[in-house]
Amino acid sequence: MKAPTRDDLIDFVYEEARMLDDGRFDEWLDLWTHDSYYWMPLDYNQEDAKHVTSLLHEDAFMRKLRVERFKGERTFSQKPKTRCHHVLNRPFIDHMDEEKGEYVTHTAFHYVETRLDDQILLAATARHELKLIEGKLKITHKRVDLLNSDAAFGNIQMFL
Amino acid sequence: MSRYANNPEAIRNLIRPTEVHRDVYIDQEVFELEMKHLFANTWVFVGHESQTPNKGDYFTTEIGTQPVIMVRHSDNEIYVLHNRCPHKGTKIAIDRTGNTGKFFRCPYHAWSFKTNGCLLAIPLRKGYKDTGLEESESVNGMAPVGAVKNYRGFIFARLNKEGPDFESFFGEALSSFDNMVDRSPEGRLEVAGPPLRYMHRCNWKMLVENQTDTCHPMVAHESSAGTAIDLWEKMDKPEGTQKPMAMEVIAPFMSPYEFFENMGIRTWPNGHGHTGVHHSIHSDYSAIPGYYEQMVEAYGEERAKAILGENRHNTVYFPNIMIKGPIQQLRLFTPIAADKTLVESYIYRLVGAPDMLLERTAMYNRMINAPTSMVGHDDLEMYERAQEGLHSDGLEWVNVQRLYQEGENFDEIAVENGTTERQMRNQFHAWEKYMTMTMEGDAQ
Repeated sequence: MKAPTRDDLIDFVYEEARMLDDGRFDEWLDLWTHDSYYWMPLDYNQEDAKHVTSLLHEDAFMRKLRVERFKGERTFSQKPKTRCHHVLNRPFIDHMDEEKGEYVTHTAFHYVETRLDDQILLAATARHELKLIEGKLKITHKRVDLLNSDAAFGNIQMFL
Repeated sequence: MSRYANNPEAIRNLIRPTEVHRDVYIDQEVFELEMKHLFANTWVFVGHESQTPNKGDYFTTEIGTQPVIMVRHSDNEIYVLHNRCPHKGTKIAIDRTGNTGKFFRCPYHAWSFKTNGCLLAIPLRKGYKDTGLEESESVNGMAPVGAVKNYRGFIFARLNKEGPDFESFFGEALSSFDNMVDRSPEGRLEVAGPPLRYMHRCNWKMLVENQTDTCHPMVAHESSAGTAIDLWEKMDKPEGTQKPMAMEVIAPFMSPYEFFENMGIRTWPNGHGHTGVHHSIHSDYSAIPGYYEQMVEAYGEERAKAILGENRHNTVYFPNIMIKGPIQQLRLFTPIAADKTLVESYIYRLVGAPDMLLERTAMYNRMINAPTSMVGHDDLEMYERAQEGLHSDGLEWVNVQRLYQEGENFDEIAVENGTTERQMRNQFHAWEKYMTMTMEGDAQ
C-alpha cells in the first residue's frame, strides 16, 4: 500500500473488529506497533492515563499476556470461553496526513460479550491512531471510551 | 418464617471454631440482620476528606445499605448525614460528588437544610402552624449518623449513637493507616480520581476473607501471573534488562507457598488483621528516584527507614475495607444483598512524593482490581462459583480450619504463619459479637 485511501482506513477498522470477534488474536497483535498503547479510560473525558486509574492501559507486553492467558489450561474465568461481537458505525476519518503517513479514525460501536447465560451490551467509541509503516497500516494508539465507563461492571474479559 | 431475628443463639450457632454455616453467605435474613446490627454497631469507612475539600462539597455513598451524604460544613468539619429528606423520604443528592453551597435543598418540595443537617426552612410554613410539627422527628432535619471520626483524613462513621468508641474498636490496627499516611513526606494523602467500581455476585464476606487468603494467588492467578513470568523469561531481550513496572506488580502473585508462610499474619481484636508482617509481595519494588531523599529530609534517616521498611500486604479493617499501605490503595466492599457486593477500589496520592509512585499505584489498581483485570477475573470467578456452590446440600458448612489452634483467644494480638486462616476465624468471632450485641434476648 502506498498512501491509504479513506476506504482503506475504514476497512482497517472493520477488519480489526472482525479479528477480535473471530478470536484471531495473534493476527490482531500484529496490527500494533511495538511501542503502542491500548487505553480504556475510567472517567468521562479522562485526560491522564497514568496518574489516575484507567480500566486498561496496555502496552505490547500486556496485550500479549492477555492473549496468551486466553489460551491457558488453567484460565478459570475462560472455562468456558467468552465470545464477543462488535457492531460498528461507519468510521469517521478525523485526520489524514499523507506526508507523515499518520491517520486518525473515530468509530462509534456497540459491543456484546457473552459467557454461559450472561450477556452484556456496551456502547463505546474508539479512536484509532494509525501509521503507515513499510506499506502496512499499524495501530500506534487506540482509545476506547465506554459510554458508561463510570458504572459498576461485572467481568469484561475481551478486547473492545 | 423468621429464623434468626431476635435469636442470638441461632446466630451464634452459625459459627463454630473451625467452620461457619453457609447461611452467613446465602441467607437473606442473616444479611438483613447484618445491616441492622453488624453495620450499625461497628465503625464503617465512609470516604476521604480530600473528596470534599471545600465547604459545601459533598460525596454520596452507603454505610452497609444505608444511603448517606458526607459533607463539609461551614465550620470546616465533615458531617455524615442520612441521605433522606425528613419530609417524604426523597434522596437529597444522587450525584456522586458535588457542591451544595451553604445548604441542601430537597428537589421535591424545597425543604432546605444546613450542611450539618439542621432544618433551615420549609416553604409555606404557616401550613404547619399548630399542627405539632415541633414534636415530630421531621423538624430535626436530615438525621446525622450516630458518630463520625476523621482519622488522619479517613472518615469513619458508626450508625448507632451508642457503641464502641473508635480507638478501642480499631486499637493498634490503626498502625497500617499510619504507615500509609506517613509514606507521604508531608504526612498527607489525596484521593486520585474516581474509584474502580466492580460488581460481584457474591456475599461481601467472601471478598473480605480473600484479602488474607494467601493460599489462592499461586492457584487462581497462575493464568495471569504465571503466564507473565513465562512470557518475560522467553522474551528476546538484552542481558540485565530491568523488569518493567508491570512485571514487578504481577510476578509476586506466583510466589511459592513458603514465601506466604514466612510473610506472617497478624490479628488484632475486633476482627482486624493483616498479611505481610515480615515482608510481602510489595517488598521488592524498585526504588523511585528522589523519594527516599525526600523521606529522610522529612523524617530523618532512622524514621524514614522504619516507615519504608514496613511493607504490609493487605490490612483488613473489619467489617468491610482493606488497605495496602505500600501502594496507597483502599478497597471498599459494600454489601447490596446476600449475593451481591459492590467493590470500589480507591487510590491516593502521597502528597509531596514523586509522581512515579502514583503511576505504580494506578497501574496496580487497574491491573489487579479492575472489571477488566486478568487477576480480578479469576477472583470473581471463584467467588461466584462459591456463591452458587454453597446452595448444594452436599455440605452445609464452610471450612476455615487451616492452622487452627485449640483455645485461640482473639482478644489478644497474635502473629502467626502467613498461611493460617486465623484472620478469617477472627473476623467471624467479631461478626458474632457485633451481630448479637444489640439483639433482643433469646425471645424464641
